[in-house]
Amino acid sequence: MAHFDENAKPFSEQWLDDRIGIRTLTRVLSTEYWIPKNINFLWAMGMLLAITFGMLLISGIFLLMYYKPDTALAFDSVNYTIMQEVGFGWLFRHIHGVAASVVFLLIYIHMFTGIYYGSYKKGREMIWISGMLLFVTFSAEAFSGYMLPWGQMSYWAGMVITNLFSMGSLELNGVVEWIRGDYVPGDAFLSRFFMLHVLLMPLIIIAIIVVHFGTLRIPHVNNQEGEEIDFDIEAEKYLSGDTKNAKIIRFQWDFLAKDFMVLGFFLILFFYLVFYHYDFAMDPVNFDPADGLKTPPHIYPEWYFLWSYEILRPFSKDIGLIAFAFAQVIFVLLPFLDRSPNTIPAHKRGLFFVWFWALLIDMIILSVMGKVPPEGSFNTIGLYSALTFIGLWVILPIITKMEKKK
Amino acid sequence: MSDNVNRRDAMGMALGACAAVGGVYSLVGMKKAWDPLPSVKAAGSTVVETSNLEENVIITEKWRGKPVFILRKTAEMVAKSSSNDKARDVIIDGKAHLVCVGLCTHLGCIPAYRKDKKDFLCACHGAEYDASAINTKAPAPLPMLIPPFKIDGTKLILGEAGPEYEKMKAAGVLGSTPLDPKA
Repeated sequence: MAHFDENAKPFSEQWLDDRIGIRTLTRVLSTEYWIPKNINFLWAMGMLLAITFGMLLISGIFLLMYYKPDTALAFDSVNYTIMQEVGFGWLFRHIHGVAASVVFLLIYIHMFTGIYYGSYKKGREMIWISGMLLFVTFSAEAFSGYMLPWGQMSYWAGMVITNLFSMGSLELNGVVEWIRGDYVPGDAFLSRFFMLHVLLMPLIIIAIIVVHFGTLRIPHVNNQEGEEIDFDIEAEKYLSGDTKNAKIIRFQWDFLAKDFMVLGFFLILFFYLVFYHYDFAMDPVNFDPADGLKTPPHIYPEWYFLWSYEILRPFSKDIGLIAFAFAQVIFVLLPFLDRSPNTIPAHKRGLFFVWFWALLIDMIILSVMGKVPPEGSFNTIGLYSALTFIGLWVILPIITKMEKKK
Repeated sequence: MSDNVNRRDAMGMALGACAAVGGVYSLVGMKKAWDPLPSVKAAGSTVVETSNLEENVIITEKWRGKPVFILRKTAEMVAKSSSNDKARDVIIDGKAHLVCVGLCTHLGCIPAYRKDKKDFLCACHGAEYDASAINTKAPAPLPMLIPPFKIDGTKLILGEAGPEYEKMKAAGVLGSTPLDPKA
């Protein structure tokens, strides 16, 4: 039988600690969850992502109250009811749209920070894998959300992406019709993607976020030099009062104070976009209602999917699909493809440093080529960038194997 | 002791087996919940009156929510076409027509008919087709599909298979296998 303090007032700290262990909980999760001092603003991306996800959730709740998942009503419920009638409806929509776009910018920065500093290695593999699962689920969430306004881009993106599931020459049209619940995207399709967007995908995302946080607890976050810190020794130093020499700080409120500063700058940019440049997240073609008998002259996805879309484009159907599938899964395997024993930043890793920037620049070129029409020299550049992307991943195990232990 | 363990194992396996069967059945139920509804499947056939079609002008009919192209060919187009092209011609009232589902066989966009060049271009990924909707340029892997049709005088019925359709099917020119546009 546990010991209960008879004199503790109901809901006082002591009373709660006796019953649900809030002191232990706070200690383990925040006040004695240690973060290295040797980090920079790039380490704030996780918190920025959590806050942006929160903004998506809250703005989404308000949109949900007026949105109608019906092919006859959806377009007007967004473009008339929410935008013109609902008080601040336009603000919630613009926050939701801009945040959906910006969240991918943050994810890419977060990912490439991890790649640069080797934060997927030596005990941090599960952090990377759960993070990549979040990338996949966020992609599904973004795609299903993009269907909901039921404009021309919604409809045709839905057509093209669901057609991918026919698996090229395997001609699995039954699978495509099953996913759509119709021969073409229609009412059944819109309603089920609405369900995925507002319930199933958010539930899965929240669960994986919890796992992602959990995977950090034992290996702790990496630092700028990839130094292996003995957190027990450093924690002892910190707690004994030698906070100056300890290599670590508390998560709450020391690290959070740093986070909040970066968050401040981020929110200025974010709300600047929401109020003055929301148009970048709102494709003009999607302000035409969906029409199954008229393909827009030029279909392209949102900017954050362009690079993988471009890997699909320059090849014949089957090879394109295989290349596309390769691009989707290859990042997950990074901890196992990097054969180097070193967990140090890229600029100390010779060839890997070149590889890192080559990958980043190649993905930017792919993104640009994915946006322009598939004609002439754009096709050629797209083809070579796609081949470069695949080639870079093929040579990664070789160049990292050659790396000397430091 | 060992008796006890064996007994527990057996009970565990029995529980697991029942749960697995129940799990599989619920998956079947969930799969069926996403199947196209009977009302969607029963979407009837589409009847098109062809007597007032113009030559080299494409019309688009809607069948099962998909666009179907109907193009009356000019005598010059018929004269120039290859035997594969001719095998796909739907002859109504003595005139040759292209009848096909107007979706690009790459990823399902709607290709546009270019009147002057007498061919199709899909703007999404640059695929091209000739006037019989046989693919002439990648990334399209197949000709556009000829849907089931039946001819009744000058009427074209989409969604029902008539003898002309069965003949094309037997010849393998419907579009489910690649065709050489020049042969």
